[in-house]
Amino acid sequence: MSAVIRFLVRRVLLTVPVLLGVATLVFSLIHLVPGDPAQAMLGDGASPQDIAELRTNLGLDRPLPAQYAAFLRSAVTGDLGKSFRTGQPVTQMIAERVPATAELAVAAMAVAILLAIPLGIIAAVWKNTLADHAAMTFSLAGISIPNFWLGPLLAIVFAVELGWLPVSGRGTLAHLVLPAASLGLALSALLARMTRASLLEELGELYVRAARARGVSPAAAVLSHALRNSLIPLVTIVALQFGAVLTGAVITETIFAWPGIGRLLIQSIGFRDYPMVQGCILLIAVTYVAVNLATDVLYGVLDPRIRLE
Amino acid sequence: MMRLGLVIVVAVVTSALLAPLLPWDPSAQELAHRLQGPSWQHWFGLDELGRDILARVLLGARVSLLVGVVVVGVSSAVGMMVGAVSGYYGGRIDQVIGRVMDVLMAFPGMLLAIALVAVLGPSLTNVVLALAVIGWVGYARLVRGQVLRAREFEYVVAARALGAGTLRLLVRHVLPSALPPVLVQATLGMAGAMLSEAALSFLGLGVQPPTPSWGTMINGGRVHLLDAPHLTIFPGLLLAIVVLGFNFLGDGLRDALDPKKSEK
Repeated sequence: MSAVIRFLVRRVLLTVPVLLGVATLVFSLIHLVPGDPAQAMLGDGASPQDIAELRTNLGLDRPLPAQYAAFLRSAVTGDLGKSFRTGQPVTQMIAERVPATAELAVAAMAVAILLAIPLGIIAAVWKNTLADHAAMTFSLAGISIPNFWLGPLLAIVFAVELGWLPVSGRGTLAHLVLPAASLGLALSALLARMTRASLLEELGELYVRAARARGVSPAAAVLSHALRNSLIPLVTIVALQFGAVLTGAVITETIFAWPGIGRLLIQSIGFRDYPMVQGCILLIAVTYVAVNLATDVLYGVLDPRIRLE
Repeated sequence: MMRLGLVIVVAVVTSALLAPLLPWDPSAQELAHRLQGPSWQHWFGLDELGRDILARVLLGARVSLLVGVVVVGVSSAVGMMVGAVSGYYGGRIDQVIGRVMDVLMAFPGMLLAIALVAVLGPSLTNVVLALAVIGWVGYARLVRGQVLRAREFEYVVAARALGAGTLRLLVRHVLPSALPPVLVQATLGMAGAMLSEAALSFLGLGVQPPTPSWGTMINGGRVHLLDAPHLTIFPGLLLAIVVLGFNFLGDGLRDALDPKKSEK
């Protein structure tokens, strides 16, 4: 077996216990509800018959190991039960929302990358100058501004005052701008700092100095030589931040009435629709694990040193 | 920047502590002037029930800081203990702890906190609990790395050779070397915990009205974005400034404590 395949197999196998752990935690969520989950879902006025019926439907009347085994089996087959609120299959309702969240996440990542890389380059090339300090202050401010505050502010300015963009909903590209900007800004701030640090390290390397000595212009030395290498660690940071984007989407979707999984999660929490809450949490966590796995695999394939570790 | 961060943090902590002594009553209502904008009498204006926003923002600062301190305190204490045990003993213990941490890290950001508060019910205590459950992992990973390095230091080996017990070795010799990075992480963690509490409260999962919290105030203000944007602007601005302050402070501390970084 080649080293690449061995690395791939090992990395995929390592993910299995993590996924099992994630599923176990998600399974236990409903058992953390204080008192009887069925009673909590139906409210105080529910009759004992209704409560007993819901307990049977949720499988809560079965022994815990049997519930756990059934949950794992269902999770693997993609059957996460039915929504308490609508009666529709959880998987189907989530699947309907996936395109909206994926669209928002990709757009936010694009905003972040397009803002962060030029800022990081400016800060690294003009290190310790006013431009560097301004870029890094902007970056720290971006990390500090909560997106649940930035979102409404952007809506006031660009939707209400200027009337340039719609205030909420999904449909056209214009609908995507404000949610993507409010979600992408904090990420761009972090990426800009990472780009700066990574590029600074590369700029100190001998091959950059050698390129300059060969007569390569300063701009070409940065853009064609140092930047390309400095972007490699950023791939990991972007992938790790994908989790922050997914969580941020929960808030952003709530603010802009964006019909994605995040909004579905918050609505389901409000209705105590626990099967739906479990489904949304499981999907987001599994997506995050999958993205991390894909990043690791890609990284290992690209960089032989990682495979050998 | 570190000094600016310190000034912001000290100013906010002082204001929050002195809030009950200030002449504004956070629960007094002037219904006739509800939603009134900033004025000399009410610097940040009045909210939808005619309550002074400045007074409520200052009271909200107490909630935010309290959550930050408790979450960081509990997370760092648990994280240091677990990380030290994991790094020092290694082997099976390290592997088991490592797998638990892997599972918790498999949940992105605040998702697990949202999930926990969703099932436990919205309250300040549950917010603190949920944030501590996800918070300790970062400290444990950090301390584990430091302990792995420190246990091979000559003075630690010497102390062990002289017969020092495990607890003494960890507490007196190994853990002190991990304190500077933990201090940095705790400062940045204050910012993170305050942001998370506000986010949970914004989503209706945290502090419940009438207790003022910056997150609930921002959420409440959304209904009046068009006619009274000051309801949203001031709590958010304060939150952003405080978080920026802690970030400045944490960043400065990191540079000050890491000679390699301070050269850059």
